[in-house]
Amino acid sequence: MAARVTLALFLVFMALAPLLVPEFYVTLMNYIGMATLVTLGLVLLTGVVGVMSFGQQAFTGLAAYTTAVLTTVYGVSPWVTLFAALALTAALALTLGFITLRLSGHYLAISTIAWGIAIYFVFGNLEILGRYSGLDNIPPVSLFGWALDTGRESYYLIWIMTLAALIAARNLLDSRSGRAIRALRFRSVMAESYGVDTAMLKIIVFLYAALLAGVSGWLYAHYLRFVAPHGFGVNAGIDYLFMAVVGGASHVWGAVIGASLLTLLREWLNDLLPKLFQRTGNYEIVVFGVLMMLLLHRTRDGLAPVFARLLPAGPGRARPAEAPALARREQPQSGEALLEVRAAQKQFGGLVAVGNLSFEMKSGEILGLIGPNGAGKSTVFNLITGVLRADEGEIRFRGERIDRHPTKEIAARGICRTFQHVNLVSAMSVLDNVALGAHLRGRRGTVAAMLRRDRAEEAQLLAEAARQIDRVGLGSHLFEPAGSLPLGQQRVVEIARALCGDPLLLLLDEPAAGLRYGEKSALAELLRRLRAEGTSILLVEHDMEFVMGLVDRLVVMDFGEKLAEGLPLEIQTNPAVVEAYLGGIE
Amino acid sequence: MSFDIVLWLVQDGIVNGAIYALLALALLLVFAVTRAIFVPQGEFISYAALSLALLQAGKLPGTVYVLVGGGAIAALLDIAVALRDKAPGRLPRILAVYVLLPLAMAGIAWWAAPRKLDMWIQVLIVFGLVVPLGPILYRVAYRPLAGASVLVLFIISMAAHYVLTGLGLVFFGGEGLRSQAFSGAHFKIGVLNISAQSVLVVLATVLIMASLWLFFEHSIYGKALRATAINRVGARLVGIPAELSGSLALTLAAFIGAVSGVLIAPITTIYYDTGFLIGLKGFVGAILGGMGSYPLAAIGAVGVGLLESFSSFWASAFKESIVFTIIIPVLVWRSLTTRHVEDEEE
Repeated sequence: MAARVTLALFLVFMALAPLLVPEFYVTLMNYIGMATLVTLGLVLLTGVVGVMSFGQQAFTGLAAYTTAVLTTVYGVSPWVTLFAALALTAALALTLGFITLRLSGHYLAISTIAWGIAIYFVFGNLEILGRYSGLDNIPPVSLFGWALDTGRESYYLIWIMTLAALIAARNLLDSRSGRAIRALRFRSVMAESYGVDTAMLKIIVFLYAALLAGVSGWLYAHYLRFVAPHGFGVNAGIDYLFMAVVGGASHVWGAVIGASLLTLLREWLNDLLPKLFQRTGNYEIVVFGVLMMLLLHRTRDGLAPVFARLLPAGPGRARPAEAPALARREQPQSGEALLEVRAAQKQFGGLVAVGNLSFEMKSGEILGLIGPNGAGKSTVFNLITGVLRADEGEIRFRGERIDRHPTKEIAARGICRTFQHVNLVSAMSVLDNVALGAHLRGRRGTVAAMLRRDRAEEAQLLAEAARQIDRVGLGSHLFEPAGSLPLGQQRVVEIARALCGDPLLLLLDEPAAGLRYGEKSALAELLRRLRAEGTSILLVEHDMEFVMGLVDRLVVMDFGEKLAEGLPLEIQTNPAVVEAYLGGIE
Repeated sequence: MSFDIVLWLVQDGIVNGAIYALLALALLLVFAVTRAIFVPQGEFISYAALSLALLQAGKLPGTVYVLVGGGAIAALLDIAVALRDKAPGRLPRILAVYVLLPLAMAGIAWWAAPRKLDMWIQVLIVFGLVVPLGPILYRVAYRPLAGASVLVLFIISMAAHYVLTGLGLVFFGGEGLRSQAFSGAHFKIGVLNISAQSVLVVLATVLIMASLWLFFEHSIYGKALRATAINRVGARLVGIPAELSGSLALTLAAFIGAVSGVLIAPITTIYYDTGFLIGLKGFVGAILGGMGSYPLAAIGAVGVGLLESFSSFWASAFKESIVFTIIIPVLVWRSLTTRHVEDEEE
């Protein structure tokens, strides 16, 4: 509620501002709006997804030049060139994205510098683009024959687009795709394990950021009515990064804060310092740099969190309302062959992590996979889920060979897992983390999310997540950041997330580690109930009391190989197993 | 294009490439140890080159003001911490490193400037003025943000770059300077006319690389730096302070920057902001080499030098575009040959 009031007040202020302030400030606000668009793209791309881009000005420039050439040379209407400019921007972004987004962190950042610099020199050296002097006489945008050629008129055009982009971005982050996007930076392996196409999602965010930069370029060309290469140099790209970081790189509204602060600061420094030093041109950049250092030394997360603390705290989020249940998979007949691992082999350099391992699992059973530390149990999980690829051997799920499939396709077949090292998005709420598990049970994509056409499905996903959280007994922690829970409870959140995926086969990697006695028995009870519902469970666990009372059968691994297999009682008396665990008796 | 021109371009490319290679090493080192993309590397080059040219002209280089001023700020920051920790025992060391040393160097420069001493002594003075800027910069800009994200560290690097470039303009002015060559000699080998200056650049580069190798392989500080680069938490656990590693990395970077500046000063006219673009090319070299391996980075940087020299002959207007777009095919090749999903450290 408080957030709504704040937003409403902000909108009223933005609507009235040009009527109240002098023309000069309207101009500044126009610049702020255009910068906000580009910065917002960076907030998503750099702040949320963690892809550092120095090259957004290339998209701004491309769109600005496209519309400049089409309107001045060919006399096309700016509304038509908006689409032409965005199409060209999208084509460039997709080309660059497909090439470079697979690269890891710093390579990618550098490739963005590369294209940013290269395109600047291309703008400056092409005859048709007016070389370094640029193109002028660009017509203003006109609406039903009314030319928007004053600062105040352009203000509304610029800010309507900017606010729409801000709201779309906020909607996007608060959705099924948004949860996946927020997992990309630190948890992409986990996201893939729940069926997220991380590569595609990265490209979508990259494209959205580029299109925002493109819209900004189009506005720029028709507002200034002039384009020249120096507006699109690397310095411009770095300025946008400053805005994103200073505003708070992972907060949507940080884009507005950062763009405003930097634009005003620059203006103020250029205005004030020459008076102060009685000289021009030398000190602005020094003072600017010093202020940026001081600011980041005080708040390395930027200003958005500082602003958020100033706003009145609203009531906590309400528990998601009940919603129609999501469709469930049909569990296979009990006793049907579910998982077969045949002669699987995985080596890391000289170390054989898994060697010639074979075992089978029937539907409806709980199979325990035990062995001393370093026996290769977690590697087996990674092989089954496709996080690692087996060097030899094969893995079948319900008769189909899956060991050459990518992780997300294996997830789509109904295999859900937890991780030995907790793999939650720590800044995201428990509810959102768990709802991520249901990613494959929803269909609505990024565009639907931006337009809020996903609310019915979103309600179902969140209701399902809340149900699973209740089921594991964490119902009172729905809105806490997952990273703030004790480690044992974080493991339980992982289980809830896996349950949210409606698994046929549930892979649990040490679920009981860090739990207290009461919590352990509750967990064992839950797993028994799941088995009764037909879910099959493959369990890695060190707590023998927990394992022996729960599992139907056991596979024992040591040094990557199968040491024994059988019923719990047989295993407990197997001499080889006793020796592996307790050491031989001399 | 005749064979002479090819040879001449190759020579030119190798000389520039050697300097880029040094910078590539410095950038790689700082990135590995601190996770900062070290943009201000370029300023060390400009400061060193301009200081040398000014000393040769018998003037006091403005570097002394940056050095003394920066040292004073670093000292104040450390003194504040020492007083808060109630550890006055640290004060003498702080004053010695951040106040007395810069003042002594400034004094030497002031005394030496009008005397136009031997070139080698002037080079040593330049080192004395530029190298201490490394640890001072680390203390003032980076240390308060140790452990921050690559993005924030990059923004701090840019802020430091702005401050140093702005001060460069204030103290050196907007005019470009070029220092005298170390030697005007030329040798003729067949059709090839080699200047002693180019030989010197290549020799100095090789010498520095060899000594860096010795430092990293055989000294305890070198090993500490390598350990920090591989695993910062682990290094801290075995007692290598992160501040020490960061400070040391920036000192080395400043030293390499100073050497590069002194070497390039007689070859090209240097302005207060030239260093940035030179540093960036070193960076491209590091990327071409894979941003992890020092020898490959050096080879990549020499490649950048050659490419630049040839493209300035064929299409000089697009010279910079060509140098920077060359990265893209290399990156494409890398993206096709590696397949992995990787998570950032949180």
